[in-house]
Amino acid sequence: MLADALLIAGKDLRIELRSKVGLGQMLPFAVLVLVLFGLALDADDALLTRATPGLYWIAVLLAGLLAVQRSFAVEAAPGVTDALRLSGLDPAGYFLGKFAAIAAQLVALEFVLGLGVVILYGTELGGPALLFAALVGATVSIAAAGTLYGVLAAGLRVRDTLVPLLLLPALAPVLLGATRATEAALEGDLGDGWGWCGLLALFGVLYLGLGLLFFGTLLEET
Amino acid sequence: MTTLTPTGSDATRERAGAPVGTGSRATRVLGVLILAGSALGAVLGLVTSDPDVVQGDAVRLFYVHVPVVTVMYVPVGLCCLGSVMWLRKRTDGWDALASSSAEIAAVFVGLGLVTGSLWGEITWGTYWTWDARLTSTALLFLLLLGYLALRRYPAAPDARSKISAVVGILLVPNAIIVHYSVDWWRSLHQPATRGFDWAIDGNQLSTYAVAQVVFLLLLVWLAIHRFRLAWLELQAERRDLEVALVQRAADDDFSGGLGA
Amino acid sequence: MIPEPMIVAYTDVGTVVTGWGITTGVIAAYAWWMVRRGRLLSRSVPPEDRRWS
Repeated sequence: MLADALLIAGKDLRIELRSKVGLGQMLPFAVLVLVLFGLALDADDALLTRATPGLYWIAVLLAGLLAVQRSFAVEAAPGVTDALRLSGLDPAGYFLGKFAAIAAQLVALEFVLGLGVVILYGTELGGPALLFAALVGATVSIAAAGTLYGVLAAGLRVRDTLVPLLLLPALAPVLLGATRATEAALEGDLGDGWGWCGLLALFGVLYLGLGLLFFGTLLEET
Repeated sequence: MTTLTPTGSDATRERAGAPVGTGSRATRVLGVLILAGSALGAVLGLVTSDPDVVQGDAVRLFYVHVPVVTVMYVPVGLCCLGSVMWLRKRTDGWDALASSSAEIAAVFVGLGLVTGSLWGEITWGTYWTWDARLTSTALLFLLLLGYLALRRYPAAPDARSKISAVVGILLVPNAIIVHYSVDWWRSLHQPATRGFDWAIDGNQLSTYAVAQVVFLLLLVWLAIHRFRLAWLELQAERRDLEVALVQRAADDDFSGGLGA
Repeated sequence: MIPEPMIVAYTDVGTVVTGWGITTGVIAAYAWWMVRRGRLLSRSVPPEDRRWS
């Protein structure tokens, strides 16, 4: 299973590195969102500072959506899914591989966006342990849920508006947890932050489990 | 299996007066009960019962709102059940249960939101407040809309049923996680829900009881009809597919001899 | 439990009627749509597939 996962993850990441869609499109998109927020909120520094956790994670979610849809769009070329099925890949390994590739891209996104908010919104970082935990929990959660719902897009021949509608309500708790934890970390008031990280961890583990469980079933329909 | 002739003796029999549609004696009895109960409930709720000591006339909305929000979780559970069972048994009945329940759930959840919002307008002077119940209900509504959108997506019936089944199963854990996380979130700032305890007084109890029973019966009536409708839709789709396949085969036979 | 300034006379009858009206209207329209579509569809499905009534 793990060998298959590494195979798939490697393939996806290599595609990304060669095509540079991630670099050339998703990252700029994410930064663009941050800039647009600045415009929309009238460059009100106080407001932007207070809103930074929320704005940051919304930018991550929106760019993450792109990563998910792209991840399954590369399989949509005719014959690819048949070839994958014929190759006898373990569905669980396939899921983990997809998950890992999306997670890696999310990490890159989060890093760049982190730089973005520091520069654009003047954010002062704090509570590094809590911040790190929140990032890990949110990344795993978004990647796991994204992979699971994303394969639906592959199964239905890539429907751009359906996956966001399915994925985002399911990720609402992740948005809640990530923003509250980030808020706690930045303000230095760590109390509830760890509780929210717990929620993120729970969510991530749950969706990893659900993904491993159902991915095979959904794969048959691609 | 079914025959391919949609017309002919069957249709003649139907037009001769045999029952047509999704009704049955059970639903007709239920329907009468519901209509009678609604009339009674309307009189009690809107006219004869007293305004609440605290809420005033806003309590009259509670007679609609509370039954709706207590009843709305049942079809959500049924959709999950139908989805799980379909994955195991792969029969049309479970598929019809899942899709019909989701639609009913969406209607009730939507009404719950509207009535709750209107109640809030009277009581707090605002149509929306980010309290835990309203927010998680809104997210549940969006989850259901996503499921329904998936259902309507043009695809081979089996693929669609399978994908819908997985999403349908996910509805329940999603709804639960959303509920608890939103609840916790709101409770950190203030009491989680702003709705106050309804100290039922006087003739409010009987009015509420009538309303609750009526909405339960209504749920059953709607669920039965919608289930049968979903079942019919599945059968009709099957027949259309068979007809199309036969058509295709006939065309191929015809043109095959020309050496394509 | 209820903040002081909120204990006023809530008597917005129009909103109550609107609430009841929307609920009744939506449910009635939905029921009507269902029954009608059921009748339409059952014409193209032979009786042996309809296992009720």
